Amino acid sequence: MDTVFEALGIIAVFLVMTFIFAIILDLFMDGLQRLSLGFLTSYPSRFPEKAGILSAWVGTIYVMAGAVFWSVILGVPAGIYLEEYARKNWLTSIIEININNLAAVPSIIYGLLALGIFVYRLGFGESILTGGLTLGFLMLPVIVVATRESIKRIPQSIREAAYSMGATKWETVRDHVIPYSAGGILTGVIIAASRAIGETAPLITIGALTFIAFLPPSPIKADFPFVSWDSFVEMLKSPFTVIPIQMFNWISRPQKEFHENAAAAGLVLIALTLIMNSLALFLRYKVRRRIKW
Amino acid sequence: MVRNLAIKTLSMVQKKLKEDQEDDSFNRKNSMPKKEPEDIKLEVKDLSFFYGNVQALKNINIKIPSYQITAIIGASGCGKTTFLRCINRMHDLYSKNGYSGKIILYPDGINIIDKKVDPISIRMRAGMVFQKPNPFPKSIYENVAYGLKIKGIKDKKTLDEKVEWALRASALWEEVKDRLKENAYSLSGGQQQRLCIARAIAMDPEVLLFDEPTSALDPVSTSKIEELILELKQHTTVIIVTHNMQQAARISDYTAFMHLGELVEFGRTEKIFTNPSNKLTEDYITGRFG
Repeated sequence: MDTVFEALGIIAVFLVMTFIFAIILDLFMDGLQRLSLGFLTSYPSRFPEKAGILSAWVGTIYVMAGAVFWSVILGVPAGIYLEEYARKNWLTSIIEININNLAAVPSIIYGLLALGIFVYRLGFGESILTGGLTLGFLMLPVIVVATRESIKRIPQSIREAAYSMGATKWETVRDHVIPYSAGGILTGVIIAASRAIGETAPLITIGALTFIAFLPPSPIKADFPFVSWDSFVEMLKSPFTVIPIQMFNWISRPQKEFHENAAAAGLVLIALTLIMNSLALFLRYKVRRRIKW
Repeated sequence: MVRNLAIKTLSMVQKKLKEDQEDDSFNRKNSMPKKEPEDIKLEVKDLSFFYGNVQALKNINIKIPSYQITAIIGASGCGKTTFLRCINRMHDLYSKNGYSGKIILYPDGINIIDKKVDPISIRMRAGMVFQKPNPFPKSIYENVAYGLKIKGIKDKKTLDEKVEWALRASALWEEVKDRLKENAYSLSGGQQQRLCIARAIAMDPEVLLFDEPTSALDPVSTSKIEELILELKQHTTVIIVTHNMQQAARISDYTAFMHLGELVEFGRTEKIFTNPSNKLTEDYITGRFG
């Protein structure tokens, strides 16, 4: 029986690996020839050989920056509160179960929610602000859970040591709980972001455009004071596209050349997620070495 | 059999007392005053303690003398640690715990377990060293300076001096003076525990509470910690909970024996170990139970 299961296991692993390699190989064969500096610095175009992903990757960066911002400023304090301050009773159990379930809600539901609230009710429009908020909410449950797990790993004896020196609750959280869990929280943020970066459905739902031939105004200026609030607001309000939507647009066209463009954009997207995941892995390794209880 | 053990313990206690008199060098080096040992530091009156509905301490009455080492012995689960954690209000961290009675802290005579008394102010005055070394995962320097920083001391020079003083007083300075910026977890277990002592004494506590401080350490580290505790009584009142009766006999001036949440006997260590007045105490120190 053992050998049978082992054989089945090996076959399963082999199939999984073949499948993954086939996808990546296919992307490489189709897309590699289109990958160039020009591809990264050109706007989309009617002519496949001139088309690029400049507006898409810039849009991805803006939207992801917003998503990370919103999910961190809401998710980390929520996690800290639930773990360190909230009394353990039926209400916190219900909240806990709900947050865990939120992580499993299909992403298009978040898109519908964002369309109703941010686009229509709050009037943010089909903007970078809305995109960031939508993906931010998508990341939120993962970040709350990562924060709580990371805080749970801090032994109670460390908190007792702080309290025994006369630290208040806030001092204990500020000087010990947050710094010692920061590595774990950061890892959670990166993993959540690397999932969100490939999301297409919620952004299409909120009305992200598929053809953008301009960049949002940059809030960073060449002269003093180097940042401009007005341009920042303009940037938040401006329409956008992201890499997966650009791919979606190209793949739905009949010409084979556009399909090659989509594959090339896919390679850029995979490279981005790989970089983010290895950063998370590196951070986790580094933090584990620094803090051993 | 009982008599033999008693004689052995007595000779150990006498030897220790002699050593105490000889070793006065630490006292001279430091500016902190040595007070008359017979003052009372803590007066515990009818202290009871409850974990929810479970009564863990029953009407404890004890007077802890200043600038002396008081050992609390007793079998596991007798309430030694529970008693110790009443003194710095550690129980307040967990809800459903309740005190009754009084613990008067002298010289000002405030009742430590009074609800109106801020536990933070008590913990600034009563330091604690735990069973397992629990340094913060920060640098050695940061560990010792932490208490001072939350007390509001910002001046770098004052901090440096205080850190050096505390590390010297905990016999760690020579081993760590070149690596103050290194993480505390790079130290050995015994060094970590001495760092925890340094961290506590940097605050100039009036009372220092030790909760089985050597139970996780090897014999060499244990004897270093014991020497250190003996020296610390020049500066502060020490209360030590210990499982190890030899340890209580070696280092303490007074010993309290607890059994099932009650204080059975309290007196000079020589008296408790050579001529206990209670049958339970005698049975415990001669190893008939526990």
